[in-house]
Amino acid sequence: MSNASNGTSAEVLLSARQLTKRFGGLAAVNNVSLDLWRSRIHAVIGPNGAGKSTLTHLLSGDLPPTSGTVALAGRDVTGWKPEKISRQGLGRSYQKTNIFLPCSVWDNVHLAAQSRAQHPARWLRRASSFAPTRERAERAIELAGLTQRRDSIAGTISHGEQRQLEIAMSLATDPVVLLLDEPLAGMGVAEAERMVELLLRLKPHHAMLLVEHDMDAVFALADHLTVMVNGNVIASDSPQAVRADASVQAAYLGEEADSH
Amino acid sequence: MSSASSVKAHLEILPRGLQVALALGLAALVAFPFVGSDFYTQVVTRMMIMAIFAMSLDLLQGVTGLVSLGHAAYFGVAGYALAFMTPQGEPVSLWWTLPLSVLAAAAAALVIGFFVVRTHGIYFIMVTMAFAQMVYYLFFDNKVLGGSDGLYINFKPDASIFGWTPFDLDDKRTLYYATLLAMLAVYAFLRRLLWSPFGRTLSGIRVNEHRMRAMGYGSFGYKLAAFTLAGGLAGLAGFLWGVQTGYINPELMGFHMSAHVIMMVILGGMGNFAGAIVGAFAFEILLSLFKDLPTIGSVALGKHWQLWMGLFIVAVVTFAPRGLLGLAERVMRRREVSK
Repeated sequence: MSNASNGTSAEVLLSARQLTKRFGGLAAVNNVSLDLWRSRIHAVIGPNGAGKSTLTHLLSGDLPPTSGTVALAGRDVTGWKPEKISRQGLGRSYQKTNIFLPCSVWDNVHLAAQSRAQHPARWLRRASSFAPTRERAERAIELAGLTQRRDSIAGTISHGEQRQLEIAMSLATDPVVLLLDEPLAGMGVAEAERMVELLLRLKPHHAMLLVEHDMDAVFALADHLTVMVNGNVIASDSPQAVRADASVQAAYLGEEADSH
Repeated sequence: MSSASSVKAHLEILPRGLQVALALGLAALVAFPFVGSDFYTQVVTRMMIMAIFAMSLDLLQGVTGLVSLGHAAYFGVAGYALAFMTPQGEPVSLWWTLPLSVLAAAAAALVIGFFVVRTHGIYFIMVTMAFAQMVYYLFFDNKVLGGSDGLYINFKPDASIFGWTPFDLDDKRTLYYATLLAMLAVYAFLRRLLWSPFGRTLSGIRVNEHRMRAMGYGSFGYKLAAFTLAGGLAGLAGFLWGVQTGYINPELMGFHMSAHVIMMVILGGMGNFAGAIVGAFAFEILLSLFKDLPTIGSVALGKHWQLWMGLFIVAVVTFAPRGLLGLAERVMRRREVSK
């Protein structure tokens, strides 16, 4: 298992230890530990309500954990606000598309790129006059395959393109870790294929957490697979090993899913 | 090109037709003192002061998406600052009272903003109002601060520099042009700011603050900066008000004043500053129209101006949600299409 490295290896970019999130009496995420390695995709699967999205929120700072720790690029970021975690090198997409709908694709990505500018608070120069920001936005749009849609309004492009835009916005902030919450949700076959290609292109330079329901995509992409049920990790291993695991099969066959 | 599309609802980019109309309006303002009487010159001066006030609120309301129901507090603080700095028997220099009054308003906004910009939506509206009411009663109940009667400013600030007097604010026409200049400067500054990284960031916070934070923007700091800046610019308007009227009272920071300025911004159209100017002028003109309505039988229509104003605002919000400027844009576009 990957966490044998104890999270100190230079390759581990994000390391979560015993993360727990309780909402009242309900443990949405219970004692989950995982490591994200550079140029590896770590997929998290599980039925609805398993706590997968909550887990991404705990890692990105959208929610504070009840207990447990998160280390990002060698620093303990437990309890940090999302903007600080973002600046520490984490980029994420959301399960429900979370973009600036009335703005153009370019404006969306440019705003994301600007967050990493030297003087994001400048008052009198035109925002579009900062060359490094422009170049970063340009690169992210190209990488995400949205060059054709550059000037379209984000609210008017297809669902699949909006998902690509989410990723372009994350990329424009130059993250080392990417958390992708169901990037393929609601996509057609062709769109899903394009997204899988995009994720493979991003893989060499990022540590990725992929929450996904599309099993074909998961098995095509993942180097490591964690299965969650009711907030608990019931299996965490190579995709092949997980596929053969009896308790995972039980969970997906809809039988009484017990974590032990 | 790129940003032509962005947030069209806010008319961030003013179409050519509107730009021409606004330029004509400016020409009319420049010419006005030569045709209008002293009385009307003063009336228009007051409108321009309100326009500065409305633009300062638009930075919060239209650009950042923060509806402050207590913006009059900062307007009033600067007016009071001028009143406190002006001695009973002689004028005081413009060149330090102006910056100090604006700073006083900005400082009040910074302190209050530190608490209020943490809140969202309806809570933000309530907390800004609560703080403004606190400021109101602080001045209302304290004899030392003028109490409910307010304070007189016996002399207009003196603009002389080492004995040389470039202009004299006692002259109504001079005060008119000084106010016009201030209004244009504020407009130019805010328009520039709108397209700067800071302005784009505020705009992003309005559209989707959650996403902004996930991209690394500490929205608290940006909102606090906007709140402070808006307070300072409201202070500039309050200072000019004090200079013009020579009298300051707690009503200037009261609930009505705060509500009126919100209505001005809505009336004209939010998020582009030109709308705030148009809204301020429209509001003041409507106000005097409605107040002058005749008495029919036993019903004094003019006395119920608030009712007519309320109905008018409801009509604008319903039929022209982008305000008068948005309405004008729509009419112009239709004409262009039908040509």
